[in-house]
Parts: sequence; C-alpha cells; structure tokens
Amino acid sequence: MAKLELRGVVKRFGDVTVCDGIDLDIEAGQMVCLIGASGGGKSTLLRCINLLEPIEDGEIRLDGEDISIPGLDPQGVRARIGMVFQSYNLFPHMTALENAMLAPRRVHGKTRDQVRPEVEALFQRFGLADRMQNYPDQLSGGQQQRVAIVRALAMRPEVMLFDEITSALDPQLVGEVLDVLLQLKDEGMTMVLATHEMGFARQAADKVCFLKAGKIVEEGPPADLFGAPQHPETQAFLARALK
Amino acid sequence: MARPKATGAAGMTRRERYDAEQRRRSLIVAATSTVIVLAAIILLVPLAPGWEKVQKSFFNGAVLAKSFPKLLDAFLVNVMIFAWSAPAIAVLGLLIALARDAKSPALFPLRIFGAAFTDIFRGVPVILTVYLIGFGIPGLGLPRPWNSPYIWGSLALILTYSAYVAEIFRSGIDSVHHSQRSAALSLGLSERQVMRDVVLPQAVRNVVPSQMNMLIALQKDVSLLSFIGPVEIFRQAGVFKSLLANFTPYVGAAIIFLAVTIPATRYADYLMARQQKERR
Amino acid sequence: MSKILSLTVALAMVSTTAMAGGHCAAGKTLTEGKLTIATGNPAYYPWVMDDAPESGQGFEAAVAYAVAGEMGFASEDVVWVRSSFDEAIQPGAKNFDFNMQQYSITPERDEVVDFSAPYYTAPMAVLVGPGAVDTEATMAGLKALKWGAVGSTTAVPKLENVIQPDSRPLLYGDNADVNAAISANQIDAALFDLPTALFLSAVMIEGSKVIGQFAPDASDNPDQFGMLMEEGNALKACVDEALAALTESGALAAIEAEWLQDTTGVPLIK
Repeated sequence: MAKLELRGVVKRFGDVTVCDGIDLDIEAGQMVCLIGASGGGKSTLLRCINLLEPIEDGEIRLDGEDISIPGLDPQGVRARIGMVFQSYNLFPHMTALENAMLAPRRVHGKTRDQVRPEVEALFQRFGLADRMQNYPDQLSGGQQQRVAIVRALAMRPEVMLFDEITSALDPQLVGEVLDVLLQLKDEGMTMVLATHEMGFARQAADKVCFLKAGKIVEEGPPADLFGAPQHPETQAFLARALK
Repeated sequence: MARPKATGAAGMTRRERYDAEQRRRSLIVAATSTVIVLAAIILLVPLAPGWEKVQKSFFNGAVLAKSFPKLLDAFLVNVMIFAWSAPAIAVLGLLIALARDAKSPALFPLRIFGAAFTDIFRGVPVILTVYLIGFGIPGLGLPRPWNSPYIWGSLALILTYSAYVAEIFRSGIDSVHHSQRSAALSLGLSERQVMRDVVLPQAVRNVVPSQMNMLIALQKDVSLLSFIGPVEIFRQAGVFKSLLANFTPYVGAAIIFLAVTIPATRYADYLMARQQKERR
Repeated sequence: MSKILSLTVALAMVSTTAMAGGHCAAGKTLTEGKLTIATGNPAYYPWVMDDAPESGQGFEAAVAYAVAGEMGFASEDVVWVRSSFDEAIQPGAKNFDFNMQQYSITPERDEVVDFSAPYYTAPMAVLVGPGAVDTEATMAGLKALKWGAVGSTTAVPKLENVIQPDSRPLLYGDNADVNAAISANQIDAALFDLPTALFLSAVMIEGSKVIGQFAPDASDNPDQFGMLMEEGNALKACVDEALAALTESGALAAIEAEWLQDTTGVPLIK
C-alpha cells in the first residue's frame, strides 16, 4: 500500500475539466515531481490532495484510508498534509515565529510555551534562527519561502505538497529553497512537487509525472522520463523546456 | 579613465541642484498666490455692503466671549455620547459584518438579518432614526431611567453607524487575498480560526483609515441627539442664538468642532497615505 | 359664527381711522399697498387656528388683521408668508413687513431687530405630564421635577434663573417634540407661555395639567410678545400707533378675551 494513492481523480471548474481521471501512487519517503506546462492541472491536483478543492469523481487515499469522501471534515487531513504555495502566503501581521506557531497552537490546542521549543528548532535547522522575530515584509523571497516551509513542517505533516515554490523567486534565491527540499528528502519526508525546475526534478525526484490537459501523459523514474521519453507530447514538452 | 562626478560647491549633483531650484521656485509661487488670495478676502469682503451686519450677527466678539464657556461645557455632552457610542459601534459593526458572511446554513437567518439591518439603517436618514427610536421606544412605557433620550438616541446612532461600519469591515474582509485563506486552511485551521486569526486582523488593519472617517462623521452626528432633548453643543448654541438674536454661537460651535475634527481628519489622511505607501 | 361677527365688528371699528393709517404706511411696506405678515410654519393654536392665518381666526391672526385695518389696509391687502426665527434675525433683507410668532421682547434681541409695542403679556406656566399632576406648585416642588422646554424660547433662561431645577433640563426644537417627550415620560414638566400650556394640556397631551403660572411681574422682565421687524424699519411707528389705538379702544382686549382662554383658574406659583 502506497502512502498516498490517487484513483481516477476528476476535478472540474464549471465546464472545464482540470483533472481528468488521474491515477498516481506515492510511496512513503518518495519525492514525486509533477511537470508540464502551466494549466496542465499540476497545482489543482495538489489543492485536491489537500482538500482545498473538492473532487468530482475518484478517490484519494492516505495510508489506504479514503480522505475524499464528500462531507468528511477536512481539518484532520490537512493537519497531516502540509502545503507550501508559490506566493509564500505568510501571514503579514505576524512574525515568522508566530506564523509557524499558529497552527500547532490552534489545531492541537497547545500554548505558545509548549510549541515554541520545537518550532524554534525548525528555524534553527533551516538556518533561520536570526529571522524568527522578523515580519514577512522584512524577509527576502527565499527567506519567506523557507519560513513558509517551516510553518508547514511545524504541524509535523506526513506528506508535504509544494506548489511551484520557486517560481516567484529571483534565480539566485532558488538554490537556498531547493536545498531545503533535499534536506527534507534526506530525512525521509514524502513529498509531491509541482515544479518547473527540470534540473532539480531530474537530480532529486524518485518519480516524475508529465501532466497535460488534466491527464498524466507519462510517468517514470527521472532517468527514463528525461533520458528517453516515450510519448511524443513528453518529447515535445521537454524539447521546449530544456532548450 | 573615470569621468569626474558632476558635483557642485555644495556637494550636490547637477540633478540635485536643479531639483532644489525647482522646489524653491514652486514654494515662492505657492506662498505668493496664497498671500494674494488671503489679502483679497480680508480686504474685499468687508467692502461688501452687508458686511457690517454680517459681522455683528456672525462674528460678534462679545457674544462669542459670553457663549463660549457654556458651549465648551455642552461639548462635553457630545464627547460623552461619542465615547460610549464608538466602541459599541465597532463591536456591533463587526458582528453584523460577520453575520453577513456566515456560511453555515444554520446561520442563514443571521445572514438575512444582517442584510436587512444594513439595508434599513443605511437607507433611513440618521435624524429619522434618532426621532423614531428616541421618542418611539421610550413611548412604550419604559420606567426611568431606562427611557432616557441619552440611551435611545445613542442606540439610534449606534444602529445607523454599525450598518456603515459593517459594510466597511466587509470590504476589509474581501480585501484580504484568498490565498491567505488557502494557506491557513492548509495548515488545518477551522473556518472560524481562519477568520479570527488570519483574515480579521488584516481586514481590520486595512480599514482603519476608512473607519477613522466614520468616527469623524459620528462626532458630528452626535449633535442630532439634540432633537430629542440632550443639551449638547448644537442645542446650546441654538439657545444662545435665540436669546441673543445672534448667530455667533453657531460659529463658536463650529470652531470647537473643527478643533477636534481637523486634527482627526489629518490623522486619517496620514494613515491612509502610509497604507498606500506600504502597498506599493 | 360669533367669532366672524366679532372680527367684522373689530374691522368696522378700526375702519374709521383707515385713511390716516394709510398715509402712515405709504411707501414703507415691502410691496406698495400690501402688508406682508409672517407667521410660523406651522402656526400653532390658539395663536392661529388650523394653521390658516388668512381666516383671521386665532389670537395673532385676529390682531394682525386689526392692526392692518388700523393702518388702512383692507383684509385682501394682507399677504401672509411663513418664516422661522432664524430668518427673522439673520442680517439682510426680509421678506415680511412684520413677523408675529409669540416673540418675547428682550433687550438682546432688540439690538439686532426692532419690536413693536407689546400686543400681549404672557405669564409663564408649568405644564406637567400625567405622572406629575400631584406636584405642589411651589418652588421646592418644581425643582425636583425633570424639566423640558423649547430651546429657542425665553422659557430656557426662566428655567435656569428662576426654577433652577436639580437635574439638567432637556431642550427641544418645537412644541410637538416637547409633547413627545412628556408622552414618553422622559420629562415631568415643561415651561410654556400660559395660553400655549393651556392648549397643550386641553387638546394635545392626555392626562397632563397646568399646575401653576408665574405672575407676570414675578421677575424683572415680564414676557411680552412683540411684532418683530427689521432693525430700523420705518413701519414701526405706524404699527405702534395702530397698537396704541387698538389698546385704547379696547379692541385688543376684546380679541384677547375671545381667543385666549380664561387664565384666571391657574394658581400662582409661590
């Protein structure tokens, strides 16, 4: 049984089908990268997994348990699945530390003092110890995105979803964020990324999926998918993307 | 070979010197035109045939001196009514805003109520509400002191202003980007927690300047309570006007209002400008 | 019927002097040959009946026509306009020759506008709501009441200087609002001129009562009503002359007797 199993996931916005029957297995500790042109359904798929969008058809299973049953309280699931967004989405009225402590306090009903040591340790681990008391607008884009990751990790999630988290960053700041992902991979975190960083996907992913028009056109180990893509659509996309 | 920097005697670049000169010139032009306009007003208005009478009726020093202390005294009544109405308006306005955005079907009546509330109280002139509530509800036979015009007049102000303030809060809630909600939900927070911890603090901060303007308007509208009895500054000025057959007490009241509202307005503008700058 | 009759009599009485009065007012009115008189909006009983001064019904309306007749104007030459106190005292041209709305003559007002000779002396009277009808008409009893008054009248200084109530009075814009406040039991008592108080008690506020009046000479300035005119109005002499003639002939007293209720039943406040 895979950690996360997607079976025939369908998501529509009105007449537009954004996810069109997606099947995908994500094993525990795996890093899976979703690639493809914008509008292919990568981001929406991540939002569906985190139950931010209800799905029209299919099943999403976490540890074999269907989490996509209509009417299921999404809070418990979201607490187990962390998500990081392209635009950081830090809460601008809180310091970095308060950002990260909010969810553990509210969801687990703990006090600041109870959650602070663990959260501070996370800041330390990702080289942000001296930034804890800063407000988001006092941080660089790379720092903000790392704080966003720390904020998600503070809930001790079992799975992390990353939605094009380097797309809004200046090129010289991309590296520091990707390093965090590698660190997480080393620690055995199960991760799903929607990304445009082909080099990173090729180097770090366990599995790469190419999405187009809401379908997984081709999937496989990065060496296979990047080295010898089978499908003409994949070939065309990679030819453009790696140019 | 590096080009020498074009610095002048004062250590300024060419551009800085040019800008300084421009600033100096516009300052001189502004000062001159202001002086000319003021001089025209001061010199020409007294030449109008009715000026002497107008001065005697509206700008009468003796009358001002006689009425001003009591006007100030009456203004304390305004301040008092304002002081207890403003917090009540903030709380009720926020509750109405939240009621109107309630999503749960069980709260549907609350949503209807919120919508009806804002429609009604924004649609009726404040003075009518003051009259109807200020005389109407005590007319039901409430015992003293619960039929006081201070209570029911204030309630009329609170209801009316809450309707406006609620709409401003709603626009503030709408102004918080939905990605903030997504981020908070993805962390496992409940809808209520998202509203309380993430959306509302930002929404409230965004609308502080607009709410300041509501406070200034409220400060002025407190005077409408004079219609149902309380002797606040507007009524006190009216009493003087009737006794002395002179409008100067109204000018005195206006001066007292301005002494409060001008600094408040400037402060609201300053907050607004600062927020504009932050957004850029 | 008898009212119309007496009006006719009053007009007939004054018509004898019409020619002389006409000379006096010639060239001094707003519109030549017309006399423009202002009243309130609305005008209240018993000063003007049914808010219709053209009928000549009501004390002030009847006095107006008597004075007009005395000055040589026919009834149809009297033009009525509506005006507020504020319009009356603001600087600048007026849209009336004189203005009758129970204006009390005070020295301060007299500095800004002109008043005719008084046409009525009105004692102040205490009107109490249903909850306070048993109040004793003594100063001590009155002090304890919750007071109200119309803010633009001389009742306000009377309250402050003579009654000096224990709690701050509430002030209103007009008679109707004072009624509302008494009906809502927000105030116990209000100070009006006696005719107004009697009318309100009899017709407007159920269960209310006029418990006492101040003797007109109780304070140094009795409340006398005068017609208000623009400062320096040349017509003042003519109006005063007409009023003097009406007083002398007893016509003014007759009008008063007809329109203003017998006030002798109201006890004096000690």
